[in-house]
Amino acid sequence: MTRWKVLLEIARTHLFTRMKSTTTASLGVTFGIGAYITLVSFMTGLNRMLDDLILNQTPHIHLYNEIEPSEQQPVNLYLEPENAFHVVHSVKPRQSQKKIHNAYPILQYLKEDPAVKGATPQLRAQIFYLSGSIELGGNLTGIDIMEEVCLSNIRDYIIEGTPEALDNSESGILLGAGLARKMSLSTGDRIQVSTVKGAVFPLKIVGLYQSGIADIDNVQGFAGLKTVQRILGEPRNYITDINIKLLDIDKAPAMARQLKRLFGVKATDINEANAQFETGSDIRNLITYSVSVTLLIVAGFGIYNILNMLIYEKMKDIAILKATGFSGGDVQFIFISQAIIIGVAGGILGLLVGFMLSRLIDGIAFETEALPTITTYPINYNPWFYIIGLSFALLSTFIAGYLPADKARKIDPVKIIRGS
Amino acid sequence: MAVVLKADHIDKYFKKPVAFHVLKDICFDIKRGEFASIMGKSGSGKSTLLYILSTMDTDYTGALYFNNELVTGQSHEKLSGIRNRHIGFVFQFHYLLSEFSVLENVMLPAKKLGEKSYREIEYDAIEKLKMLHIDHLAKKRASQISGGEKQRVAIARALINNPSILMGDEPTGNLDSYNSENVFNIFKQLKEEQGLSLLVVTHDIDFAERTDRIIQLEDGRVVN
Ligand SMILES: Nc1ncnc2c1ncn2[C@@H]1O[C@H](COP(=O)(O)OP(=O)(O)OP(=O)(O)O)[C@@H](O)[C@H]1O
Ligand SMILES: [Mg+2]
Repeated sequence: MTRWKVLLEIARTHLFTRMKSTTTASLGVTFGIGAYITLVSFMTGLNRMLDDLILNQTPHIHLYNEIEPSEQQPVNLYLEPENAFHVVHSVKPRQSQKKIHNAYPILQYLKEDPAVKGATPQLRAQIFYLSGSIELGGNLTGIDIMEEVCLSNIRDYIIEGTPEALDNSESGILLGAGLARKMSLSTGDRIQVSTVKGAVFPLKIVGLYQSGIADIDNVQGFAGLKTVQRILGEPRNYITDINIKLLDIDKAPAMARQLKRLFGVKATDINEANAQFETGSDIRNLITYSVSVTLLIVAGFGIYNILNMLIYEKMKDIAILKATGFSGGDVQFIFISQAIIIGVAGGILGLLVGFMLSRLIDGIAFETEALPTITTYPINYNPWFYIIGLSFALLSTFIAGYLPADKARKIDPVKIIRGS
Repeated sequence: MAVVLKADHIDKYFKKPVAFHVLKDICFDIKRGEFASIMGKSGSGKSTLLYILSTMDTDYTGALYFNNELVTGQSHEKLSGIRNRHIGFVFQFHYLLSEFSVLENVMLPAKKLGEKSYREIEYDAIEKLKMLHIDHLAKKRASQISGGEKQRVAIARALINNPSILMGDEPTGNLDSYNSENVFNIFKQLKEEQGLSLLVVTHDIDFAERTDRIIQLEDGRVVN
């Protein structure tokens, strides 16, 4: 035990008597780790925010019907070609309803499934918004607002009015903010909607909705399910979409396939809907890690350089140590431990710097109408980043220290003692 | 008398810059409590021989025995253990770790050995310094003392682990006659009281004549 102590004592003396280069080397590591922590916290914070932006507005599984041509054309049923094939020109879809058959039993089934957090019915309709002489095409979605509030963060996106107001009103509408701006309307005003078939209904604006995605905010309105059913002149069981949230998002693809088979509807899962989105996150992570690794490699070269110089300067000392009975391994340990001490000191300081910079960024105001709940830049304080950062620092300093230390191990004391 | 060190037909060549046969068929032994000196002209190979005998140089042919055990061909790890425990070495030029204090320099080999507690090592080190009349320098930085003082610190360091043999390459080369005499007396005393063996290279004929035996080296060959 005393053996390690004496080696560390020598290492410490070397470091303290050359404070300047020790500090330089440590600061190199500090910058590398500090930059890593700041970058990774900020980047993953941004990723998470953007994920939330999309994920919270996207159901885990979306059930709907799509109008598409039948795969089985009548000719297939009529004669199965043996050595021939048929060509059908201008295949047109059969007139069918967008309605989901047996929507309420399906909803009931889903609500009883333990893997499902919740399932909400929706009725999506293409309509025109009329106000004075303006006439704008758009979507009106009938929803059960209180259920939506429980399952998604729609409440965050209602910038005026409350979900309760919509729930209490028979003919209320939550109007997209872009739409309201275009038509110079605000909460409390009246608006008329016209269906594709031409029927016109008056609605009262009980609130404004802003998702932050202009394409949605310029066309979207929400009203109660019953209200929209009445506008369209459809019965109470007329539902076009079912949105499902699961307890475990990873089960979405499997479950979507199952539901598709079971109920004969279209089912898209969230991974399918947001495939490109993952790529964006991956690229941001890649940038973060490549910048950090680059910085650490630069810091590693700094350490390598300084230790090399130190060993060159300390040749005589190394020869004396070896002559008085310290082994090559002991000498190697002395220099490796110096590298590691530099790594630990610089690394811990780097974590602190990274943390403080993160706090600083966290405090900078960042207001955008796209993200009503966000007031400052997002930062992800994941403790794993700090563990990875320190391991990074240790690994890079160990590698940088290993080569010079190995050189020190091999130094032939006789050569040095003769040399002077 | 037990043999501490035995050189058996040791030859050494330098290959660079030109092939050069520096040590030729060296055979002798040092017994326990023997005080031997090596003399010879400059360049006759005295230092080279001492580096081999101290196990630092392993590039030779022949065999070297230490306490009747073959040392030639042992691992470097093992050899440094032997140096640490059994061999005290004083260099031709004083060699100390300049960033450490005199006391720390003397203590280092004992700390490496790790057989005694810190307090015991410190006590031993101060005893050795006292013996060499330099205990007042204990706290000074090794870089801040005179050449003669450094040489005595190096002797104290060589003695700290109570080795079986002390090898010196002109250990009194830098000392005035008073201190030279003192070092000689200490060597003599250690030999008589503790049975320490000594092998000392010297150019000082008066010093050599008072040792038990003179090994004369000429052109890399023992001639007596
Ligand atoms: N690394 C080397 N390569 C080639 N020749 C060397 C080397 N080291 C020493 N020599 C030669 O070996 C011979 C013996 O050198 P050594 O240092 O042993 O002499 P010495 O007897 O100790 O002399 P001095 O009394 O001056 O210290 C010298 O002629 C020297 O030039
Ligand atoms: Mg010499």
